[in-house]
Amino acid sequence: MIAKLAEESLLEVCALKEHTIEDYEAERPRWCTGCGDHGVLAALQRVLRKNNLDPENVVSVSGIGCSSRLPHYLGTYGFHGIHGRALPIATGVRLARPELPVIAIMGDGDCFSIGGNHWLHAIRYNINAVVLVLDNEVYALTKMQASPTTPDGWKTNTTPRGTYLHPLNPLSAVMGMTNVSFLAQTATWLPAHLDETIEKAWEHHGLSFVRILQRCPVFMPRAFGEGGLHFPIMFLEHEDGIPVHPSLSSRGGVQPHDPRNINEAQRVAVTVDPAPMGLLYQNTELPAYEDIRWQRTEKPDRATFLERLDDVMNEYTVS
Amino acid sequence: MSVARRISVPEHTVEIVSDAGEGAQKAAVAFAQLCAKSGNGLWTVEIIPSEIRPPPHTTGSASGNRIRLAERSKVTNAGNRANVVLAFNEMALLSRLQAGSLADGALVLIDDQWATHEVEAYQRSYREVLEQARAHGCTVREIPLERETLRHLDDAQRGKNMFAVGVLCALYSKDPDILADVIRILFKDKSAGVVDAAVRLAAAGYQYGVANFEECFEVAPSHSDVAKVAMNGNTALALGAVAAGFELCSMYPITPATSASHALSDIFERFGGFVHQAEDEIAAIGVALGASYAGKTALTITSGPGMALKTEFQGLAVMTETPLVIVDVQRGGPSTGLPTKIEQSDLMHALYGAPGDAPKVVIAPSTIEECYYVLSLARRIAEEFRMLVIVLSDANLATGQQLFDRPDVAQTPERPPLDLSPVPRGALPYDWNPTTGLSRRLVPGQPGGMGVTTSLNHDRDGKACYDAERNQRGHAMRSRKLAALQKALVPPEVYGGPQGDLLLVGWGSTRGAIEEAVDMARAEGFEVSSLHLQFLSPLPPGLKETFAKFGRVITVELNYSDDPNAPLIDEENRRYAQLAWILRATTLLDIDCFASVPGRPYMPVEIFEHVRTLVGDESRNRGSQPPHPQAKEAHS
Repeated sequence: MIAKLAEESLLEVCALKEHTIEDYEAERPRWCTGCGDHGVLAALQRVLRKNNLDPENVVSVSGIGCSSRLPHYLGTYGFHGIHGRALPIATGVRLARPELPVIAIMGDGDCFSIGGNHWLHAIRYNINAVVLVLDNEVYALTKMQASPTTPDGWKTNTTPRGTYLHPLNPLSAVMGMTNVSFLAQTATWLPAHLDETIEKAWEHHGLSFVRILQRCPVFMPRAFGEGGLHFPIMFLEHEDGIPVHPSLSSRGGVQPHDPRNINEAQRVAVTVDPAPMGLLYQNTELPAYEDIRWQRTEKPDRATFLERLDDVMNEYTVS
Repeated sequence: MSVARRISVPEHTVEIVSDAGEGAQKAAVAFAQLCAKSGNGLWTVEIIPSEIRPPPHTTGSASGNRIRLAERSKVTNAGNRANVVLAFNEMALLSRLQAGSLADGALVLIDDQWATHEVEAYQRSYREVLEQARAHGCTVREIPLERETLRHLDDAQRGKNMFAVGVLCALYSKDPDILADVIRILFKDKSAGVVDAAVRLAAAGYQYGVANFEECFEVAPSHSDVAKVAMNGNTALALGAVAAGFELCSMYPITPATSASHALSDIFERFGGFVHQAEDEIAAIGVALGASYAGKTALTITSGPGMALKTEFQGLAVMTETPLVIVDVQRGGPSTGLPTKIEQSDLMHALYGAPGDAPKVVIAPSTIEECYYVLSLARRIAEEFRMLVIVLSDANLATGQQLFDRPDVAQTPERPPLDLSPVPRGALPYDWNPTTGLSRRLVPGQPGGMGVTTSLNHDRDGKACYDAERNQRGHAMRSRKLAALQKALVPPEVYGGPQGDLLLVGWGSTRGAIEEAVDMARAEGFEVSSLHLQFLSPLPPGLKETFAKFGRVITVELNYSDDPNAPLIDEENRRYAQLAWILRATTLLDIDCFASVPGRPYMPVEIFEHVRTLVGDESRNRGSQPPHPQAKEAHS
């Protein structure tokens, strides 16, 4: 209450604008009815509103795919790029303008398949960004091809007699990289948990990698036990983790888990049944790449700049 | 001690070759610096194997440098066949003979250890190669490189290159004290012991030369009041990137481009910027594009295979009108091709490599000096026109060293600060001027300008759209910017005379060799001129009018074209060199080409010889008087 009053008086003193959800809205989303992307967009807007961010100072970056249309519908600056390449673009934005918060949005094919190399290395760089993978276990925009996370034996247009391979476990893949600083999993059918997870990711300084489970109502309606109806999950609980509201306990079990323990996180990450929900791992000590680079970069004024350029030229002067 | 007879020459070309890893390149750098500090003009070219440690004592292992030194301060190319070669073994020498690199009567200095080497095969091949060199007309002078070095060091591999420089210092009547200074600077990061040994060996080499050479050369210094710098093209690009005000270079290692990023990494952080080494070529351009989208124009530096990987992002830069600069230091292709050697084969790729219609600016520096200035130009165009600018350098410029007037750093353009002033909500991100296609760029952080930048087709409001009319408009506006830029260009100057029998058209690093060939041809009375294109897209105005004043027009390029006399090749199926294709298409003139892929720069004399076969008879048959007597005088 006192904090609330203090905030209000601060707003008054600084004449800061208090933003509304509408400030973060742009075009009307054109996703299919029942698509989980709607829920993620709404959650992001709520988090931006809660943090009262000026929309001009936020950048969302995406690749190609259904979920990658999100920047079109978010009222901030947005960059809708090319397939698999959201993370290099996001890295560029962070390196150039570290004052701008960045949200990267990708699908499972986008991140885990065509963008796999960038996924690995963005985590290694640990840029300070919220990275959301909206995983519906299928390529939807191109009309139902198998993605790396498509379940065993499921039929798609490129696997008409069922998939040939076991699905990739993105959580264990991420936890194999000990450079990771934040890993969480949530689902669109758990809206309160989704909000809390994105909020937690937002607060983390470093690359917050969040896998969001969601079904595709058109091409993969049966995914995740028909969108969570029959999908075994286990909530990870810790005072530094993502809060598990009592109402969620009917959706799955609750298990204590210390997100600072990397070995425990690795163990949990390989578990798929029940699927872990919540904060698997967080390392707040890992420096962000752009911070490292900017700390080591000097900002000479023009006179010093020219003086230094002259010094460099001296090294090459022969007569 | 004998007193050597000094022979004055206006210029000389020297090659120093050893097995890879034996230090001929270092020796050559020291010798080049010595020449530069003594007041000679200079151009150097590296002779580089593609492997770090190829099998020793083979022609494939030959590594070193070619140094052309001259009385005149401006040397524009690597010159003709070499006058002197200093070889550490006979296979290195053989590689130069096979490359056709040695002039008739060249002086060969070679380590004599192989004459009596314990490996009999070496003795035999040594004798055979020297025989071959003598048959070529070379004067062979055996020098005790290994033996003398061993008197000063336990391991000759670690010092005979310095002995070799000392020998050359004596051969060219240079001041050994200047050489000692050069070596101290060159080894400034090494221990005092290493520096002392290097200086001592160079002195020993010098003493050996003074005591044993009956003849030595002298290339007189030129006196200039203008300070000169000597550097290679990649270093010039790096310093140029700093001067141009770039703040981010995002790259992935690739030969022969990487040394530009080395030079940049070394200094960039002191100038407010940094080099990001990305996980791959795609990410390298992606990071640069992201940075540029966020308001800081960035560049990426690569070579052919990297260009191929970057094409999708190039299309994105074009579609989103995000300013971006790509430097392509061209090498031999296709595929891995000739990684360390020069080719000018990426022109078509630069122009048309991206899918869809993706108009972009392509410029090519033609000298190392231009490598320094080109990035300021590229940046300005990229930002003012919101365009992708591709800078085509090449392996010749990248690793060659040239002396040029020291840039005046006070003239370095000042960068405007990031414009974050508010715009009315709903301001158009592509508010195209319907005539020029130009529009103001909005950057994140600008209140009111929030909106999506998309790779999809879009209209002036930036929003995705798929209808015919707006797709046509987007294309037209992106294309129109090239025309707007073209209107700001001036017709390129013709070198030689404004009309004649033959015009040679070139682009990139061949300029010096082409113009020297023109000088040679005009001195012989041929009506030959040349024209060099800095802008490949858009092409400058006036080309057709200029070409019309010449009997024939051919391009001179270091890329592949079919030999018209080869089997199966005829007028219908012949593939022309890349610039020739473009000029034929844009001028509808029958433009031919002189093009090949030797993996080294053209020698002026090669171009001249081709010119002579093309127009010799035409020009000569005009009458008994040479058409341009003054030109003949000027070059006699």
